[in-house]
Amino acid sequence: MKYWPLLWTQLFRRKTRTILTLASVLVAFLLFGLLEAVQVAFESGADSADAKRLLTTARYSIIEPLPMAYASRIERVPGVVGVAYADWFGAKYQNESNAFAVFAVDPARYLDMYPEFDITPGQREAFMKTRTGAVAGKLLVERYGWKVGQKLPIASEIHAKADGSLDWEFDLVGVFDADDPAVRANTEVVLINVAHFDEARGLGRGKTGWYIIRIADAEQARAVAADIDRMFLNSPDETKTAPEKEFALGFAKQIGDIGALVTRILFAVFFTILILTGNTMAQSIRERIPELAILKTLGFSNTAVTLLVIGEAGLLFALGAGLGMMAAVALLPGINAATGGRFPPLFVDGSTWVWAAGVAVALALAVALPPAVRVNRLRIVDALAGHR
Amino acid sequence: MPWLNQVAQITLMNLMNVPRRLGTSLVVVVGIAGVVGVLVSVLAMGEGFRHTLASTGRPTRVIMLRAGSDAEMSSGVARDQATLLASMPGIARDDDGRPLVSAELFVMVDLPRHGQSDPNNVPMRGVQPTAFAIRDEIRIVEGRRYERGVREVIVGRKAARQFAGLAVGSRIAFRDSDWTVVGTFESGGDVHESEIWADAEVAMSAFRRTGFQSVTATLADASPAGLAALKTAIARDRRLSINVLREPEYYAKQASILSKLIGVLGYSVATFMAIGATFGALNCMYSAIASRQTEIATLRAIGFGGAPVVVSVMIEALALALVGGALGGTLAYVYCDGASLSTLNFNTFSQVAFDFRVTRGLLAQGLVGALLIGLVGGLLPAIRSARLPVTAALRTL
Repeated sequence: MKYWPLLWTQLFRRKTRTILTLASVLVAFLLFGLLEAVQVAFESGADSADAKRLLTTARYSIIEPLPMAYASRIERVPGVVGVAYADWFGAKYQNESNAFAVFAVDPARYLDMYPEFDITPGQREAFMKTRTGAVAGKLLVERYGWKVGQKLPIASEIHAKADGSLDWEFDLVGVFDADDPAVRANTEVVLINVAHFDEARGLGRGKTGWYIIRIADAEQARAVAADIDRMFLNSPDETKTAPEKEFALGFAKQIGDIGALVTRILFAVFFTILILTGNTMAQSIRERIPELAILKTLGFSNTAVTLLVIGEAGLLFALGAGLGMMAAVALLPGINAATGGRFPPLFVDGSTWVWAAGVAVALALAVALPPAVRVNRLRIVDALAGHR
Repeated sequence: MPWLNQVAQITLMNLMNVPRRLGTSLVVVVGIAGVVGVLVSVLAMGEGFRHTLASTGRPTRVIMLRAGSDAEMSSGVARDQATLLASMPGIARDDDGRPLVSAELFVMVDLPRHGQSDPNNVPMRGVQPTAFAIRDEIRIVEGRRYERGVREVIVGRKAARQFAGLAVGSRIAFRDSDWTVVGTFESGGDVHESEIWADAEVAMSAFRRTGFQSVTATLADASPAGLAALKTAIARDRRLSINVLREPEYYAKQASILSKLIGVLGYSVATFMAIGATFGALNCMYSAIASRQTEIATLRAIGFGGAPVVVSVMIEALALALVGGALGGTLAYVYCDGASLSTLNFNTFSQVAFDFRVTRGLLAQGLVGALLIGLVGGLLPAIRSARLPVTAALRTL
């Protein structure tokens, strides 16, 4: 620690230059934080997945319905401890298509399946008992200013009532929320009681969209999934069952390789930073060769002087990366507010910090090593004589 | 014009000096090339997507959906409604007097991308035989059309490029049975190239549907009056609750979310990168003039003015930026132009494939961006170089 003042003075020897370099490193890491947050958001479905949950959809396409009667048959499969189902409502709210997702569910089955959704026992009870009932995620309730007890007029683009009308109305009886930011993204949904929905719709009665299955042992996931699919093989409605995590990852992959895109952009960003900072660093050391020679004359070992150079680069990147990541964390709430729920909430998770630290160390070493080697080999006589 | 002469002389000297300061100059070039390369490629993605959607449909055609549904996937048109729509007076007829109307089924099938196993929602369209007369941009480029009444499909060129198992001659397992791919078609790079087409009747029985999703028709009179007449006729029929849209209008709507998303992503990434690169350019230009302090002071001492020095430093910064911008644009063009990509369109919930398009406009935008960075990065150092007192500068060696 005794070298700290020396390091600091070295770094800020030329203030303008260091501040400009610092600013460009800061911006690079800010971009890193933001883009990684986007990537995490796309894969957060997979992070919040429960290893003991399976998803069953129609075998050939997710849009094909499955009979609700499958619930009792799936329940009897060994290893299955709970079954819930949901149907896609195709909501249109205030004339905006898919402003948010609406699922028609059996209240008790569905809320039991997702214990990570916090709802008061009273509201849960009300949801189970109200045939026209609905509960909504807290994020949605806040966005639209809904109040528990009010009517929710939501149109469907898919399901017409028996009279052909697409306009539906539900009673908002409760609000649910989740603490974990990764799970919170999944709460931007309105759940409606399937009892009224199924009875009132004109077509497709007795059908649902997909099944969510809880199993006793995560190790048995594959075997149970295979058992379920085998049961419905060669029936009019064949199924495809997969662990929830696989399903979520598959869905993220549908969007395309976001990861590869983000990685390529960041590669370009950091390559540019490496060139810019590397040049500045080399130049700054070159200017200080006589000073470093004096340090050696005063008795600093070769190693100590080399470490000083590396430490200077390390300090630069630590400051830049730290400030950049903090700026990303500070900016994200604003970005989340601006996207208005069109996009899952973005947040910087722990692994992004670890990655940022790793990248900062790698860059610092890459930038510092060439001048450090040079300084290490420096002969005092030559340096002081001006033979650079 | 002695002033201009001074500028020209100093600039020439500076530029001829660049090879001696190759390191620093290269840094500016590479930094700006990085920014421009990323900017142009990301914007090329958005441009390609817009182009695909914009080239879909003709204003002479309409798509009819159930009122209240904004996308084909959620729409439903019953068979008798489709028949009624076909008999509407505002719809064009072919030489034999048959209406140019195609009632269509629109479903999704699961197919993996090449070299992967995860399923993707690939759109499949069941069309009536008239569909080829209505959409005359469709051309079979390999194989043949499917036969009516048989489980055969033709595949859009872009779908075949993105998803596995769609080569002519291969068989794909959809619901209930196997289908044979008998042809590949192109349609001017529009969204239909991301689709799989089959005979509507066969597809309906295989997917156990009783109704269609949409009806596409050619207008007899494509003027606003002609469209209004058709809309009125449909609205007057109480058996119908149908929304009529010109095709370009419908497909533009389908692009809304994704093109906004790509635009926001592209511009915000590019803005941040540009800010970072500006700091870098500032740094390099500062050190470039710092290393030439004596030289500049000498010039000033022998009678060159301050302004020519400023201008010449600016010109040097701009020249380096221009080279960087050109390099970045070239890289983006070489690596990205024509590369194809497929993603989930949130509006339709199905896959849409499109190509990166590096247009002249985007390259120009990249160069303008580069020059802006050069301008900001050069200005402050240039002013500083001119302001430095000659005596002080000459003394610091």
